[in-house]
Amino acid sequence: MNAEAVQRAVRRMAIEVLERARAVGALESLALVGIRRGGVHLAGRLRDEIAKATGSQPPLGTLDIALYRDDLGQRGVAPVVGPTDIRFPLEGRTIVLADDVLYTGRTVRAALDELVDFGRPRHVWLAVLVDRGGRELPIAADFVGARLAVPDEEDVQVRWREAGAAEDAVVVGARRGP
Amino acid sequence: MIGRHRHLIGLEGLSREEILEVLDLAVSMKEVLSRPVKKVPSLRGKSVVNLFFETSTRTRSSFEIAAKVLSADALNWTASGSSVTKGETLLDTAKNLEAMRPDVLVVRHSASGAPNFLARHVGCAVVSAGDGAHEHPSQGLLDCFTLREKLGGLENRTVAIVGDISHSRVARSDLHSLPKLGARVRLCGPPTMIPQGVEALGATVHYDLRSAVEGADAVVMLRIQHERIGDPLIPNTREYSKFWGLNARKAAEWLKPSAVILHPGPINRGVELSSDVADGPHSVILDQVQNGVAVRMAILYLLAGGAPEGARPGKA
Repeated sequence: MNAEAVQRAVRRMAIEVLERARAVGALESLALVGIRRGGVHLAGRLRDEIAKATGSQPPLGTLDIALYRDDLGQRGVAPVVGPTDIRFPLEGRTIVLADDVLYTGRTVRAALDELVDFGRPRHVWLAVLVDRGGRELPIAADFVGARLAVPDEEDVQVRWREAGAAEDAVVVGARRGP
Repeated sequence: MIGRHRHLIGLEGLSREEILEVLDLAVSMKEVLSRPVKKVPSLRGKSVVNLFFETSTRTRSSFEIAAKVLSADALNWTASGSSVTKGETLLDTAKNLEAMRPDVLVVRHSASGAPNFLARHVGCAVVSAGDGAHEHPSQGLLDCFTLREKLGGLENRTVAIVGDISHSRVARSDLHSLPKLGARVRLCGPPTMIPQGVEALGATVHYDLRSAVEGADAVVMLRIQHERIGDPLIPNTREYSKFWGLNARKAAEWLKPSAVILHPGPINRGVELSSDVADGPHSVILDQVQNGVAVRMAILYLLAGGAPEGARPGKA
């Protein structure tokens, strides 16, 4: 996917989020939470699109799932823990949880567990830029930018301008490292 | 693993990068402590044994809370009421506790070197919670963390450490960490309590309290241990307090307005610190206690969070 395709996908997802929020009367209570690190950029973009369309900015939070991973006992070194930053109460909110790539579903499982420790949202919806298949847990996204069938040996990389890339892009290629 | 280390025995062997790894992680851990649910599942199924041969309130409960916030099971063992009173040796006690398969052994002992000795004989990770006059690494790290947080960094900052430098494991751990982070350290105390040649560790020595604290960004006041009093080292607490203690008048006249005062606790009120200073605006003593939990969470996470060697990572 090139920059234009990424932008189009994000815009369409934002419209879908708003439609669904309107349908259940959740426009006022909408909030975005990005899963570190790639999901943070998607959440930020969705927020900007929603702000453009409605004139009001929903709150934005960041979730780091390192402390909720299920593979701690299988990794040689403890994973790096980044900051989690959620400064609004979740009670009664409709949370759009954002991640760049949906794969095994384990990250989303960890994020859901972490999210509910912050409070009890009314809904949690999942938005992903790329659904690459390969699920190991019963998890599905509510809003999907693109569906790509990518075999396990290959890797999906999402490059964001916010993260220092020259242009937004989704690149499928050989897996880096183990 | 903290960098290359399986155990945390002291800060002497830790590099600047390894110290920063713990401090940076502790920032994330501190955020966990402010959540509505102060518990994360990262060390579920792991166990931490606190093996304390000396009394402690802060350090032991701090390690216990840190373990519990990370969902590890914590067992507290204290020398009084144990088989040590029946003559069991240190190694036998540790071997027996090890047979119960803990992942981390947190040890405090009056003998310098006890945690190092245990690390060589048990299979789990060993963390020193203070050994004799050697080191108190978690206290050194929480001092660094608190100073970095309060001063916005340690590069070119001046920290004065005042008290019984010779017998203080806190002073030693501070001295093995602060200069690595770029701080200048001044040591101050009665001449009988300053070890010969300590300048070799990169500190300057002051025998006059005023010259040590004037212009300093932070002052670490050490506890004067009761057992040293009346000892030829210092004649009595009144004299110590007069020359080396901080009270409100000295703090107002000598300290920078922005200077912070640290103390590892427990405080001898009226000896090294007067109550109005201990509870006053310069004091960050209770922040130290709060930060201690975050720093110890980082230590336990790094030492118990990884897998036994040879395990293969799965898909993310």
